[in-house]
Amino acid sequence: MAIDNIKAYSHLTDEDIREIGRRLDAIKEEFESDLGEKDVRYIKGLIRTQRYIEFAGRGALLFSGRRPFWIAGVALLSLSKILENLEIGHNVMHGQWDWMNDPEIHSSTWEWDNVCPSSQWMHTHNFAHHKYTNILGMDTDVGYGVLRVTRDRKWNAMHAFQPLINATLASLFQWAVGFYDVELGKLAAGRTTWKETAPKFWETVRKAGTQGLRDYVLYPALSGPNFMSTVSANATANFVRSVWAYAVIFCGHFPDEAETFTKEQWKNETHDEWYLRQMLGSANFRGGKILTILSGNLNYQIEHHIYPDMPSNRLAEIGTRVEAICREFDLPYNTDSFPAQLLKVQRTLLKLSVPNEYLAADRDNAPEVRSNAVWSKYPEVAEKLWVGASETGERSGLRTALPLLEQVRPTLKEGLLNFTGRTPEWRKKVAAAEAAQLA
Amino acid sequence: MPTSPDGLASVRGILRRFTTPLLPDDYTMLVNPLWSRRELRGKIVSVERFPDDTIHLTIRPGWGVPVDFQAGQYIGIGLRVDGRFTWRSYSLTNAPDTSDGLFSITIRAVEKGKLSNHLIGTAKPGINVRLAAPAGDFYLTDPLPEKILFVTAGSGVTPVIAMLRSLEEKRQSTDITVVHSVRNADDVIFGDVLADYDAHIQVTSEQGRVSPAVLEELVPDYADRVVYACGPATMLDELENWAKDNDMEIRVERFTLDRASDAKGGTITFARANVETTADGATTILEAGEQAGVQMPFGCRMGICQTCVRELVDGHVHDLRTGDTKEPGSRIRTCVGVAAGDVVIDA
Repeated sequence: MAIDNIKAYSHLTDEDIREIGRRLDAIKEEFESDLGEKDVRYIKGLIRTQRYIEFAGRGALLFSGRRPFWIAGVALLSLSKILENLEIGHNVMHGQWDWMNDPEIHSSTWEWDNVCPSSQWMHTHNFAHHKYTNILGMDTDVGYGVLRVTRDRKWNAMHAFQPLINATLASLFQWAVGFYDVELGKLAAGRTTWKETAPKFWETVRKAGTQGLRDYVLYPALSGPNFMSTVSANATANFVRSVWAYAVIFCGHFPDEAETFTKEQWKNETHDEWYLRQMLGSANFRGGKILTILSGNLNYQIEHHIYPDMPSNRLAEIGTRVEAICREFDLPYNTDSFPAQLLKVQRTLLKLSVPNEYLAADRDNAPEVRSNAVWSKYPEVAEKLWVGASETGERSGLRTALPLLEQVRPTLKEGLLNFTGRTPEWRKKVAAAEAAQLA
Repeated sequence: MPTSPDGLASVRGILRRFTTPLLPDDYTMLVNPLWSRRELRGKIVSVERFPDDTIHLTIRPGWGVPVDFQAGQYIGIGLRVDGRFTWRSYSLTNAPDTSDGLFSITIRAVEKGKLSNHLIGTAKPGINVRLAAPAGDFYLTDPLPEKILFVTAGSGVTPVIAMLRSLEEKRQSTDITVVHSVRNADDVIFGDVLADYDAHIQVTSEQGRVSPAVLEELVPDYADRVVYACGPATMLDELENWAKDNDMEIRVERFTLDRASDAKGGTITFARANVETTADGATTILEAGEQAGVQMPFGCRMGICQTCVRELVDGHVHDLRTGDTKEPGSRIRTCVGVAAGDVVIDA
């Protein structure tokens, strides 16, 4: 059912939410005023390194007919494309480096190595996704229009093929991104005209054309007799980058316990509640320095969503502050290892390929979605919680609640039995609970 | 327009196919920072220091910098200070005919002059800077007026020095008078050039400032002359009024923006500040904000430095420098952007 009142759901008082907002504003100010030469050296060094790696990769692939060169070339080019898209392109286009006033590293001029024109990306991503994060019906990143990532979304026949669609999306991720803002689906549904769609459509086609010409004609031609092996190498590098970007991005909002929201929540939202929505709607994963850079610092998805235009190299440090705030206010700080988060995402995608009646957990307390109704539905959990801090300063809020809610969810065994239709009584129990709530 | 040599001029089109979405320059500049025409660049080749916190710089432009200029025009210099590019305009002091493709500028320490003070402190040969092409409409007309009166104060003398240097060969045919003000006698820069033209040097701490009355006394035939003036804004205002009263032609340097466009203006909403104001198509969003009490960051106020960039949340904004119309969601330069209809700015 998703969350329609974040304050009530998170067991915080108005003053708590204002205090969290104040502290987050202060952190922003503190870090922004500290930006300087050190940060410039980081981004410029990274860009230089990425271009050398790309040069080396393209160079190795001139001899792609020989196996070791093919392998080295693919590795270097994939690495270069990953750095370029995630840690450089995505972050520059967010305006994270605009403070340097350098037109060469600026959101208004950056064009990335991706079939998606940066202007379109900045509209769907920076504007729609970052502003309306995880609001059903407003943030199209919730499932990207083709996947069912929450049982709040109505099942249709297409979702039966979800595992297949999921794999296709992962391998062709840049193409999905490229045609995302073109909104062909809207055109098919008759909600817009070809005349309005055409400029963006042709813009993407043109960009895809120049990208394709480079990767599949020019560099292969340059490698002479190794034409075909360079084509396969470049295609592999694009594939590796797509799958990697997919994995990182899906770990940002779809692991268990990341929250979704209704339009109701958005309508009455304050600036401080916006922060809270970003914190509850995003998920991190742990990683060392290398994993962090390769994922464009998006393993600090929570921090990135709180401060979308904060230079990425600062997010790790900010992370420790945000985590401390979460602990203090008994709020969850969703993080786990990279494989664990990815596994949770894949489990959700697989599960949701079947209609809701085959799913045991209800829409108010499922791994991927919860709602405000959960507290009246599970009084045994609600009675252990309270709003704000007690007289002794103790809290028992959402962070305490989530593991308790997990305990009252159907177990794997119950889920399987339900799926195979052997426990009709479970479904009756759920229906009865829902009826009781309505009454 | 003549530009400095560009090593990739003939092959850039082909290389671009290989480097897309970047430019060949994005790679060549890794070898030599001057090898890029994506942004105009230059390298400081000589630094001459003077005791009173004044320096003369000579700059060799990188690939593709327009080197054709009129005596009296300025160039923009951009340098990173604490990680941020900071820009200022400096008048060129060399004569176009003898410049050899180099740019000469003179910088004087000023109070709160972030870039000037930084340059004076750190400039040395070999340092790379960003450049903005020569610009400005403060230069001598062709044909030359028969009689000219130059009125300058402090470092306002610099564009006039370029003019005087370029007049070197034509001085027989033109009658030139120079009146220059300095606070103290040892503040005079370019003393040799000024002496060459028998300039009147007014030391204001001793003799008082150069008012129109003083000028009328110093230059009896003032009414026959075309006035070229450069100095503090108050002085320029006073001289403009004086010229108007006496029906004289006057040209001054004010570093301004051409505001003509088709944009019709509209209501500007500053979303964060929660302030609404209306502005016409010649008032920039930055100015409209300032008038309504919304202080946004700014740098050069000429559309060069990108300090003032803000997100356009809704509506369309017309960019006075490029003539482009910006769509919702794009990031706009508020110092050169005017409202084309109602707009909402994230500020």
